[in-house]
Amino acid sequence: MAPQVDALYFFLVALTAFFTLLISGLVVYFAIKYRRRSKDEAGVPIHGNLRLEITWTVIPLIIVLFIFGWSAKLFFTMARPPADTLDVYVVGKQWMWKFQHPDGHAEVNELHVPVGTSVKLTMTSQDVIHDVYIPDFRVKADVLPGRYTHMWFKATKPGRYRLFCAEYCGTNHSGMVGWVVVQERAEYQKWLAGGAGTGTMAQTGEKLFKDLSCITCHREDTTGRGPTLIGLYGKAVTLDDGNSVEADEAYLRESIVNPRAKMVSGFQPIMPTFQGLVSEEGLLQLIEYIKSLRTAPSNATGAPAAPAAAPATPEKK
Amino acid sequence: MDTATAPTQTNYINVAHTAKSWLLTRDHKRIALLYLISVSVFFMIGGLFALLIRLELLTPAGDLFEAETYNKVFTMHGVAMVFFFLIPAIPATLGNFLVPLMIGAKDLAFPRINLLSWYVYVLGGLFTLAAVIGGGVDTGWTFYTPYSTAASNTHVILTGLGVFISGFSSILTGFNFIVTIHKMRAPGMTWFRLPLFVWASYATSLIAILGTPVVAIAIVLVALERTLHIGVFDPTLGGDPVLYQHLFWFYSHPAVYVMVLPAMGVISELIAAFTRKEIFGYKFVAFSSLAIAVIGFFVWGHHMYVSSQSAFAGLVFSFLTYLVAVPSAVKVFNWTATLYRGSISYQAPMLYAFGFLGLFLIGGLTGLFLGALGLDVHVHDTYFVVAHFHYVMVGGTIMAYLGGLHYWWPKMTGRLYNEGWAKFAALMIFVGFNLTFFPQFLLGYMGMPRRYHMYPEEWQVLNVLSTAGATILGVGYFIPTIYLLWSLKKGEVAGDNPWGATGLEWQTQSPPVTENFPVTPVVTEPAYAYAHQEKRFA
Repeated sequence: MAPQVDALYFFLVALTAFFTLLISGLVVYFAIKYRRRSKDEAGVPIHGNLRLEITWTVIPLIIVLFIFGWSAKLFFTMARPPADTLDVYVVGKQWMWKFQHPDGHAEVNELHVPVGTSVKLTMTSQDVIHDVYIPDFRVKADVLPGRYTHMWFKATKPGRYRLFCAEYCGTNHSGMVGWVVVQERAEYQKWLAGGAGTGTMAQTGEKLFKDLSCITCHREDTTGRGPTLIGLYGKAVTLDDGNSVEADEAYLRESIVNPRAKMVSGFQPIMPTFQGLVSEEGLLQLIEYIKSLRTAPSNATGAPAAPAAAPATPEKK
Repeated sequence: MDTATAPTQTNYINVAHTAKSWLLTRDHKRIALLYLISVSVFFMIGGLFALLIRLELLTPAGDLFEAETYNKVFTMHGVAMVFFFLIPAIPATLGNFLVPLMIGAKDLAFPRINLLSWYVYVLGGLFTLAAVIGGGVDTGWTFYTPYSTAASNTHVILTGLGVFISGFSSILTGFNFIVTIHKMRAPGMTWFRLPLFVWASYATSLIAILGTPVVAIAIVLVALERTLHIGVFDPTLGGDPVLYQHLFWFYSHPAVYVMVLPAMGVISELIAAFTRKEIFGYKFVAFSSLAIAVIGFFVWGHHMYVSSQSAFAGLVFSFLTYLVAVPSAVKVFNWTATLYRGSISYQAPMLYAFGFLGLFLIGGLTGLFLGALGLDVHVHDTYFVVAHFHYVMVGGTIMAYLGGLHYWWPKMTGRLYNEGWAKFAALMIFVGFNLTFFPQFLLGYMGMPRRYHMYPEEWQVLNVLSTAGATILGVGYFIPTIYLLWSLKKGEVAGDNPWGATGLEWQTQSPPVTENFPVTPVVTEPAYAYAHQEKRFA
């Protein structure tokens, strides 16, 4: 993305330089040429010129609309991640970044990604608004409490790249920094293979699902008091008010922390809120688990005990 | 009228000397001076905080202050400068002094409300100062939620109250100006004979009365959420943190035009006076102020491209942002064209106007970078933004404010300032300003986020340059304080019209009498009719 952003940037730098030189050149030229030569001299009265006014209204208008079109096109490429991405989950809190990979790897203030791969971050905050900013990739997105935001990038060169928090978040805001470590694929695989033998996010999510007794109502068949979650992710859900909503991450999150916000048609509002009972990481693990329930009943079994690196136990506030 | 007005002549300053005569005055000119003193105090406070920021950033490590102290310093810099200096500076001092004079009125329509607005401003200022003295506030001048409502343990409410209260002062002044401009123009002073500063003040007043209530409500909601935990912005209470940003920028973007439109009005007056020429395309310049005021209300979302706002909302806001760029460009072209075949003199106010043109040009053009959706993602919340808005607000507003203050100083005080020192200070401010803020564009594009107490070492050189510039700038701002005060006692007596300018304010004595004109003037010609009155210059 960086080369496209830079292309627009340098175009605008050239445009700025051109107009700055043009106007300051004219100002200096006029200021010298028409300097006051005697104390009682007055300027030549010139009322204005409609044709000139139209010219210098229309030309800037065309230029700015051109910039608008260019930048909007770029923005939509940035806003829409490609279909096939490597997903990483991000939780920001005062003043650190926690990254979770679907395979269960968790890191703090460091994010390992393979080169040449589109990486999609799904991000949320545990407290105030933060912002993931990786200047070298020219990407930035706010990280908000209570909702998920997304961002994607594709690193083209291995190396270490700075990551900053770009939304002011309190005392140690300027210390909420980290590194994106871009590795060759082989090296990245080696990194993945190393580390604690933790369960995948989906496995940890499944354990949470049982620990929190979600499984009592959300069953694999349709006999539960709550709707089944098999094959739910990405589907349209009909609500009791007749509207329909896509079961995306935001919907799943909302349905866990605020179950009555969107009631599924045909079910009673009996689910209690889990706000404060599940950490942001836990929510992401639950979502990753629900995502994994694509068609058949889950056959993931015997998830190992929750690893220390990825807090999976419900957080008591 | 005799041009060598004796200083002993009765005028609005020497008409009474008691403290009560000042504190209970209803004279718009005296109130303007009260404002001049109080906004200058806040400018010095804000400037002092700026200096502390630049000192801390001299080194990459956060070694001068604790992180929390630094955060309070930049917050107080922003709050003092934006709410207590930039917003009131031109309208409340120059505007208060000039609007009635320029339209040939005896005073503003509601003199008591005008005085009230000053007291309200001072009260708001005292609340904010109390917050500073009591330990400060660390939310940034933007008070973003949920940090301000749920996390910060500093004096958010006290500061917020200060801002809330001072907002009423803007509303009262705006309302006063609108009524005055509608109802109190002298005979013959038609709308299209109004000086462009009056048009700009009118447009500014519209924004102030329509926008300020919104930010006031937003601040009240922040206070209520902090104290009573009603859930408006905090998601753990069921609120929406982005809602705050909408409410805040709905006012605070137009507020940028509250700062810069009057500055543009001043520049029109300066260029006309020092080219002795009418402003090229008067009506285009006048209407562009209104266009900016109106479109300016619909661009707030460009502060929120990366806030999780929908991409389509971003699209609309970007489009409107580009539209609002056009009237500003039109003004710059018209000012430049006014120079053509003028009789241009380089006195200090005109140097400030030249400085304004250069800095506002860069400030405006770099706005195109930030309005660009795909590019703003990278530079948003970096030093690029910091540099951009300082070019507009400091390079634009303060250059114009100082230019205007010098230009009307002889009218306000009856004395001339020292021209040599004034030119020197103008030059120093221009150089210091560019050295301070130009490196920040580079830092921003390299990725330095704003509001950072510490930063990576590779950015030190540019930060040192910026601090060096700020030092020059600081001295540049200090010099006028000295020679302007000095001129009050020792300055040459100015006479009624030292510049040979048109405009009703130059037709009455300097300083004017209490009700401005001995006889209500009758206007028979358009503004800036220099060609008809060469005889006046001699």
